[in-house]
Amino acid sequence: MLNQIFVAPFVDMFAAPDFLLQVLWEGLVSGILYALIALGFVLIFRSSRIFNFAQGIMVVFAALTLVGLYEMGVPAWVSVVLTLGVMFILAVSIEKIVLRPLVGQPDIILFMATIGITLFLIGLGEIIFGGENKVMITEALGIPTGSVVFEPWGGLLILEEKDITAVGVAGMLVVALLLFLNKTRMGRAIRALGDDPQAALSVGISLQTIWVLVWFIAGIIALVTGVAWGARAGVSFALEVIAYKALPVLMLGGLESITGAIIGGLMIGMLEKLFEIYWGQPILGGNTETWFAFVLALIVLLFRPQGLFGEKIIERV
Amino acid sequence: MLYRTAGQFKTSYKADQALFPVKQDAILLGVILVFAWVVFPLAASEFTFQTLLIPILIYALAAMGLNILTGYAGQLSLGTAAFMGVGAYACYKMVTLMPWMNPIVAILLSGVFSAGVGVAFGIPSLRIKGFYLAIATLAAQFFLVWLFEKWAWLYNYNASGAIQVPNLEMFGVYVAGPQADSLVQYYVVLAIVSVMTMLCINLTRGTLGRTWKATRDVDIAAELIGINLMKSKLTAFMVSSYIVGVAGALFVFMWRGAAEPNLFDIPLSFRILFIAIIGGLGSILGNYLGAILIVGLPVVLGTLPAALGVPIASSMVEHINVMMVGALIIFFLIIEPHGLAQLWRLIREKLIIWPFPH
Repeated sequence: MLNQIFVAPFVDMFAAPDFLLQVLWEGLVSGILYALIALGFVLIFRSSRIFNFAQGIMVVFAALTLVGLYEMGVPAWVSVVLTLGVMFILAVSIEKIVLRPLVGQPDIILFMATIGITLFLIGLGEIIFGGENKVMITEALGIPTGSVVFEPWGGLLILEEKDITAVGVAGMLVVALLLFLNKTRMGRAIRALGDDPQAALSVGISLQTIWVLVWFIAGIIALVTGVAWGARAGVSFALEVIAYKALPVLMLGGLESITGAIIGGLMIGMLEKLFEIYWGQPILGGNTETWFAFVLALIVLLFRPQGLFGEKIIERV
Repeated sequence: MLYRTAGQFKTSYKADQALFPVKQDAILLGVILVFAWVVFPLAASEFTFQTLLIPILIYALAAMGLNILTGYAGQLSLGTAAFMGVGAYACYKMVTLMPWMNPIVAILLSGVFSAGVGVAFGIPSLRIKGFYLAIATLAAQFFLVWLFEKWAWLYNYNASGAIQVPNLEMFGVYVAGPQADSLVQYYVVLAIVSVMTMLCINLTRGTLGRTWKATRDVDIAAELIGINLMKSKLTAFMVSSYIVGVAGALFVFMWRGAAEPNLFDIPLSFRILFIAIIGGLGSILGNYLGAILIVGLPVVLGTLPAALGVPIASSMVEHINVMMVGALIIFFLIIEPHGLAQLWRLIREKLIIWPFPH
């Protein structure tokens, strides 16, 4: 038993380094997607202290809208623009209908409201697009679908081109977002609102505009995530469960930190794959990916309650 | 006029601290109890028992357990369904290992197991708070559901991986299993839920409840006046998980009749959280109001189109249902963030001075 836990997995890793690399790559790709969803959470949390549970369903909704529009005969790139329009309308209506009446309520109430939004969007999405699985329009969007094969140490390593594209696009999105938040006027306004809402309001930053903007950016991130994940696994409401995976990422990375979300996402993506392949399947009967990330985050939090990168919370009396 | 409290003087502290210092409250509760114990069982059909009465009571009990933790002690939990699962599986193991055991004793004992698990998963609350804790409780949710699936001993190694409630009898009457009568099950559930509610009301009024409330409101101040936060939080997790565990056992044994691991998945947790929040956090009455709304609403929405003669496919009804529940949650949060219990509180205030508002 001890041998199985402490020795055998490492022997396996060294015996087949190419397989190890493959596992790490797979983990990295899913980690990128967790990081993207976590990014949507962080952005909204930083600017409004709302724990947006609807991020996961926004991913599904964006992807469904895109595919649905394309199936109606709209050209692929036009549907991307239209989908962005839909996400904008969604952002405006969420701000107007749901958030504005609830300004100043306790956090848990706003959190509940986002779960309400989640249910509403699930129902709406199923009514409009039907509940069945759809195929992401990878070819129409010009995403390469081939694969690159490496042979390190005489082994075999297959990288799918759509995964490489996903990693590239996600990287670009993150850089753009960081630039936006740090260099532009709007971006700084978002950060100001997160740091001190009262002060931000008094220097003339509009709460409503910023909230719409933030939810719209979260919508764009959702669309990118939806396309990337949809290309791997198809578009269906099952996608919503990956939103849960973003939660331990947030715990690890801290709710306020963008870098934390990205590093946390990559770490969780890779570690859970490693654990599943080398420990989960041989010893525990597999499917450990459902809980591994949470338990890992839980253990880390017991020792570092603010997460790896979160703001240190100091409480004095 | 009906709710006038004028003239009801209290001459001792004991009378002032009675459960119902206002006479009308006691009368109202009495009427409700008569309905629950006599009128509903006489009038209800099989359909009403199975879709409304029994589930409302069980959901209300589960929400009450969650409310102890979230509403009174201020620790947000998203893992309620998993603790219900622990109760259900514990009960199943007990009645199959020890068939001579009285089913009600088994149900009440199964809560002990979920209380133990609850305390174990409550330990992180000593270090982390708020949303971080909420996510931490999701660890319990996902891990336990996975365990229900993989640990074959829990479901006696049967091929389906599900637990099937056997026929259980007590004093010569079947109380659980395929042969049990809905009426009997209703009375069993009602009895357990009534006793638990009584206990909860008194618990939250007493020392323990006040300790919890202090922990919830300002934890640092609570610590300063000598409240042991660790004890307070862990007892909240324990009591809450016990009640939730009993609710889980009732859920499977008195209502569903069988359970698969994914029954205890996260949607059930959210459903119970909705009930607690829409009903009103920090209120016992709220759990019932919330359960009536959340359980009753889909039934009404499901039968309404047919009653009106509008033909809608059942899958469409399902989708509209989900959407409506989402919209209503937002609606209720906007009109009254403190829940239906607060709404009743306001109505009662108005009734007390009605019809002379000054």
